[in-house]
Amino acid sequence: MRVMVAVKRVVDYAVKIRLTPDKTNVELKNVKMSMNPFCENALEEAVRLKEKKIASEIVAVSIGPKQAQETLRSALAMGADRAILITTDMRTDNEIQPLTIAKILQKTAQEVKPDLILMGKQSIDGDNCLTGPMLGGLLGWPQGTFASKIEVDWANKTIEVERETDSGTQVLSMKLPSVVTADLRLNEPRYATLPNIMKAKKKNPSMSKMLAV
Amino acid sequence: MLKSLILNRSPPKTFPIKRYFSLLNEDEIMLQQMVSRFSNDFIKPKVREMDDKCRLDSVLLNELFENGLMGIEIPIEYGGSGMNFVSSCLAIEEIAKIDPSVAVMVDVQNTLLNNLLGFWGNEKQKSKYFPQLACNKVASFCLSENSAGSDAFSLTTSAKLSEDKSFYTINGEKMWISNAEQAEIFFVFANVDKSLGYKGITCFIVEKELESGIVIGPKEEKLGIRASSTCPVSFVDCKVPVENVLGEIGQGYKYAIDILNEGRIGIGAQMVGLSTGCLEHVMPYLFERVQFGKKIGDFQAVEHQYAQMATEIEAARSLIYHAARLKESGKPFIKEAAMGKLFSSQVANKTASLCVELLGGVGYTKAFLAEKYYRDCKIGAIYEGTSNIQLNTIAKMVKSQ
Repeated sequence: MRVMVAVKRVVDYAVKIRLTPDKTNVELKNVKMSMNPFCENALEEAVRLKEKKIASEIVAVSIGPKQAQETLRSALAMGADRAILITTDMRTDNEIQPLTIAKILQKTAQEVKPDLILMGKQSIDGDNCLTGPMLGGLLGWPQGTFASKIEVDWANKTIEVERETDSGTQVLSMKLPSVVTADLRLNEPRYATLPNIMKAKKKNPSMSKMLAV
Repeated sequence: MLKSLILNRSPPKTFPIKRYFSLLNEDEIMLQQMVSRFSNDFIKPKVREMDDKCRLDSVLLNELFENGLMGIEIPIEYGGSGMNFVSSCLAIEEIAKIDPSVAVMVDVQNTLLNNLLGFWGNEKQKSKYFPQLACNKVASFCLSENSAGSDAFSLTTSAKLSEDKSFYTINGEKMWISNAEQAEIFFVFANVDKSLGYKGITCFIVEKELESGIVIGPKEEKLGIRASSTCPVSFVDCKVPVENVLGEIGQGYKYAIDILNEGRIGIGAQMVGLSTGCLEHVMPYLFERVQFGKKIGDFQAVEHQYAQMATEIEAARSLIYHAARLKESGKPFIKEAAMGKLFSSQVANKTASLCVELLGGVGYTKAFLAEKYYRDCKIGAIYEGTSNIQLNTIAKMVKSQ
């Protein structure tokens, strides 16, 4: 089974946000950036599926500036097999819209051909919570959002997702391929161990420039 | 460089990147971020408990091994992380920001013991011990004795060759051995022939489980770095096979000097981390506490104090990483290492002391960690070469120039 994990480079969750001098936007210069926490949950789940020998390949995808390569390197260090970066000069926190991101991911999915797409439920900068559902809609795949538990039955090509909703927990049974967005309680993301960081050094993310979508 | 500038009057076209310690490469940045996160998530909650109980948490020790932090420079083929010396220093610094006790354990393993084996161990010893040191066994550096501290080479632990020349018998008592409680591998410096003076000192690799002649004494009750165990270690007719002699007979004194020169940089990194951690611990409080209608961090006197501290910490850090990069490039670094250790321990002392004062009454209590940093910093001026010895070393090098 091939898993595609979409990760986003965002301002680190512990950083105190400041505004730009003209007070029109959030200051991103010289600010510590990391992988979106919910994307980490998504990636961790993918790595666990690989450890259980259900997933055979993990492809990490990110849309962002060239520096997002660092985020993809952490993804590789955590256990992804290969990484794709789609570069853009637009700001990913508030300029580029979820629908655009979803369309880019749709195209990427058509090339990567995953059986499962995992991503964070929302990003901590945009907090739109739209990209996952939109991607599901564009691809025409079933979606399980706010997942707090995932069980894959590869033999029957189904997935059971336990999701946290406002009215309680809901369990969905869906056919693969599908889109699942991760919530905090899905798992506890691992640290990229030093040996893995060194191994990840050898795998370079492949980059492609974003064209008009 | 300067000569060519004067003669040719044209600016140099490129500066080799490695000359600038402040420019870290990608791996070093990733390591720094990972260790910082690890320390904050994993070590921070246990700091107080470990200090009160004088005990390093065993789960934490496992996690240090799992994350490759005990074998940072060990080559990947032996199970280590295959990184460079600056990476070790970065890891030590980041851990020391949260807990200098844990940092010292990581420092001793990486900068003293792993490198001791790496430089002078033969292939057989490396294939046997490197994987253990990287993955699950803590080691100890046994040099100091009751009457042999700064004057290390007056050590009296003896190693007698057996009749059939197949093993040595070690007898003696080592003092102040860090990590002794958790260690399973001991690198012991003993004299094979007292008539040769220090030229008889040899380094032996002693495994705890194979030898019954090792007696670990009770832990010392220390002022600071309490979570790190420091015990006397006695060797009573301890038999060591000749294959476990590290390097050459009688060269042990040289190995000890060389490895301590490097280990010094690691201690410097620990002190810099301590100072930074202490300052970061205190700064938020300065902007919460309001007196005379103003946040105390906004009073100019206080501003000057933390500005001075921050400057000195930055200077100490610069010196340490400069020494580390010099060592990496194979250039002479002994003077810089000594200066770095001396200065960073002084800065740590000043910073911790000032931080306790800035916190006011509450800084004097266990409610804040400033008192722990204050107790921990004292050791910086003492171990791996006292400040007086560092001054001697620096003076010698300055004089010769």
